[in-house]
Amino acid sequence: MADTARDAPPEQTDFHELEDGEELFPEPATTQESQPASLAAEDISTNSNGPKQDSLFDDDPEDLFAEATEEVSLDSPERDVLLSDGPSPAITPITPPTSVITPRIGHTHDDMFTHSSFDEIEEEEGGDSFDIHISVSDPEKVGDGMNAYMAYKVTTKTSMSLFKRSEFAVKRRFSDFLGLHSKLASKYLHIGYIVPPAPEKSIVGMTKVKVGKEDQSSNEFVEKRRSALERYLMRTVKHPILLKDPDVLQFLESSELPRAVSTQALSSAGLLRMVNKAADAVNKMTIKMNESDAWFEEKQQHFENLDVQLRKLHTSVESLVCHRKELSVNTAQFAKSAAMLGNSEDHTALSRALSQLAEVEEKIDQLHQDQANADFYLFSELLGDYVRLLTAVKGVFDHRMKTWQKWQDSQMLLQKKREAEAKLQFTNKPDKLQQAKDEIKEEIEELEGKVQQGERDFEQISKTIRKEVSRFEKERVKDFKTIIIKYLESLVQTQQQLIKYWEAFLPEAKAIS
Amino acid sequence: MMQEGLDDGPDFLSEEDRGSTLPNFKQNEFSVVRQHEEFIWLHDSFVENEEYAGYIIPPAPPRPDFDASREKLQKLGEGEGSMTKEEFTKMKQELEAEYLAIFKKTVAMHEVFLCRVAAHPVLRKDLNFHVFLEYNQDLSVRGKNKKEKLEDFFKNVVKSADGVLVAGVKDVDDFFEHEKTFLLEYHNRVKDASAKSDRMIRSHKNAADDINRIASSLYTLGTQDSTDLCKFFLKVSELFEKTRKIEARIAADEDLKLADLLKYYLRESQAAKDLLYRRSRALVDYENANKALDKARAKNRDVLQAETSQQLCCHKFEKISESAKQELIDFKTRRVAAFRKNLVELAELELKHAKGNLQLLQGCLGILKGNT
Repeated sequence: MADTARDAPPEQTDFHELEDGEELFPEPATTQESQPASLAAEDISTNSNGPKQDSLFDDDPEDLFAEATEEVSLDSPERDVLLSDGPSPAITPITPPTSVITPRIGHTHDDMFTHSSFDEIEEEEGGDSFDIHISVSDPEKVGDGMNAYMAYKVTTKTSMSLFKRSEFAVKRRFSDFLGLHSKLASKYLHIGYIVPPAPEKSIVGMTKVKVGKEDQSSNEFVEKRRSALERYLMRTVKHPILLKDPDVLQFLESSELPRAVSTQALSSAGLLRMVNKAADAVNKMTIKMNESDAWFEEKQQHFENLDVQLRKLHTSVESLVCHRKELSVNTAQFAKSAAMLGNSEDHTALSRALSQLAEVEEKIDQLHQDQANADFYLFSELLGDYVRLLTAVKGVFDHRMKTWQKWQDSQMLLQKKREAEAKLQFTNKPDKLQQAKDEIKEEIEELEGKVQQGERDFEQISKTIRKEVSRFEKERVKDFKTIIIKYLESLVQTQQQLIKYWEAFLPEAKAIS
Repeated sequence: MMQEGLDDGPDFLSEEDRGSTLPNFKQNEFSVVRQHEEFIWLHDSFVENEEYAGYIIPPAPPRPDFDASREKLQKLGEGEGSMTKEEFTKMKQELEAEYLAIFKKTVAMHEVFLCRVAAHPVLRKDLNFHVFLEYNQDLSVRGKNKKEKLEDFFKNVVKSADGVLVAGVKDVDDFFEHEKTFLLEYHNRVKDASAKSDRMIRSHKNAADDINRIASSLYTLGTQDSTDLCKFFLKVSELFEKTRKIEARIAADEDLKLADLLKYYLRESQAAKDLLYRRSRALVDYENANKALDKARAKNRDVLQAETSQQLCCHKFEKISESAKQELIDFKTRRVAAFRKNLVELAELELKHAKGNLQLLQGCLGILKGNT
């Protein structure tokens, strides 16, 4: 397979070891071993410019997903930009759309990051307007006891030619979503794309569901999760690149999906992830980058500030949700108490008015409950989503630093080798001299290539990040405006109802004589 | 007519009586300064006066309770470092407003007490009451010392034990029997309603505080943002600033019109219960005096003494019964009137605030939608 290990120094041996009998692949990597042709037929849709699904051997330079069964020059700028660079080792079979890219790893990088590829993708977007709507619904408990899980129905409605049908549905479980995110993150994060994070795991929440507690809190948990999964998918498909990723398409369309076991928190893959994260954190602290471009520093600072403020706002909104729920409960209790008081009041008209008051308060408590839900599902979750998204954004900036570091490391190594070469001139062992000289020349050549590649990688990721940040900010503005307006509308509705209720009560109060 | 003396001693209240129509006053207009303890002294003097056994003694005003506010002030001081200057100033202002509101409420409740006394045909003539209003020196009312407090405690214990005893005895008089049943149940339910309304209002205040913090955060976000969102956030922040003031007002009005009403009738119904208790005690005394008289006649010893005693008890009991009946009827009238007034005002205020809120929300939405 041509998949390369992410960030690995260009030594193919690493990757191949991973491939063979690696216990991190608990299930046979069926899709990886099958012929590229068969892969394409089932899983890959061509770009949006028309029904090219059958033309696997399409020569169209704009075709993102051209099957590489033909010899395509690896230096052509129209190579698949995104798909062959490094799946994470810890994931169930990723669907690599181009299975026959020859493993000259250093050079494939070259192709992926040329300018034209990205530009072409954006042009293609114009061809098919963005029209896709995904809903996650009908949570259903499957199985019993600790092995039980919730299955969600994922329905896609679309007019885009990217898909085989205009409306279709599949059943997915939570780990499937995590698996999808895992694959996307491994493919796109390190080259600068902001991949939306998946909803968080919750051991407590899930255990309640497994154990079969059919109470309000476990129902709320399921609803919260369902809503989060829906928002996650919509965010993912709104990204023009991710939408076309074969893993995304497979997730939405195919009825059977291989289980993503390595997303379990305590699996060996999970542990590997934790170790990698720790290593990353240490590295981040030690990288001191010479920032030549003020834009990046500025943007990083901006996102840092935004993160702090959003977290603060999120905390306040969560507190509001909590207090509003309390208000609802307390209002209900007061309503009951007022009803009792009305019963014991021996003046008839007053007694009736008190009962009416109790009724009004009961309706109002339901109003508070509804408002608390709007507070949560609209406002609070929006903020929570963006706090998580900002983590992905920061991650992308970090990857850029790493890419820079890699480039610098290659450069330093090259420098050392050159010095070593120079030293060789002064050796007085002539017989070994020629051999050593040749060796070093070879190494220097290789390193020169690496340095060039490193510089290209760095430039490409910088370019990608600029575009991504611009897209992200546009989305952010749109999201916040849309959702906050919806939230304000919910507040309007509440006030209108309140007016109705009190207007009905006022004459009752006046009628006390 | 009351004026607050706003210093750090919340027990300091001054009171001014303008153009009094009450007879027996030496001047027409005068003002004195009274502390909470002196109100309590006046109330207790009524309770202990046998002459007033047949009246519902207006309940004493509650002790001013600034504990919650003091706690908040302390927390504010401790948390000063963790918030922005604007936030701190804002919270401080609110706390001061809250303090002032509680102060005003306390003053009002003391005033209500005095007005109730002044309105009562018999109590208004009380000498202590006149002294309270006129004597422009400190009344030197010392708080009860330990011994007296202990005596009070035992008196209450005895009263409740007796209360149980008396409650068990079915009254011959239908009117009083009905009142007894009614008051016992009513008092408990008012107590419950009062507690629940307090909890409800506290949640409301908490929510208003949250909206305040949300408004501040949105403001900061608005000043920091470089995109279109900056104006958006600032507008929404402004909106929430205004709506949370309304929410705080709603909580305050509910407190005034609903919670205070219930608290007041909790105290009044207790005072009415106390009256019934005193009447029952008088009845028991009367019945005991009858028995004693029969015994004396049978033994033919101390008959005159027993007769006098029996006549006194009879007279006392009848006097109490007569005034108690009127008092309880008045109590009902007052209660119905107070509930009517407060419930109407509550509904009107709720409507006013909801309409205000709605207007603000719709106005803001119009602007926001117009700009997107």
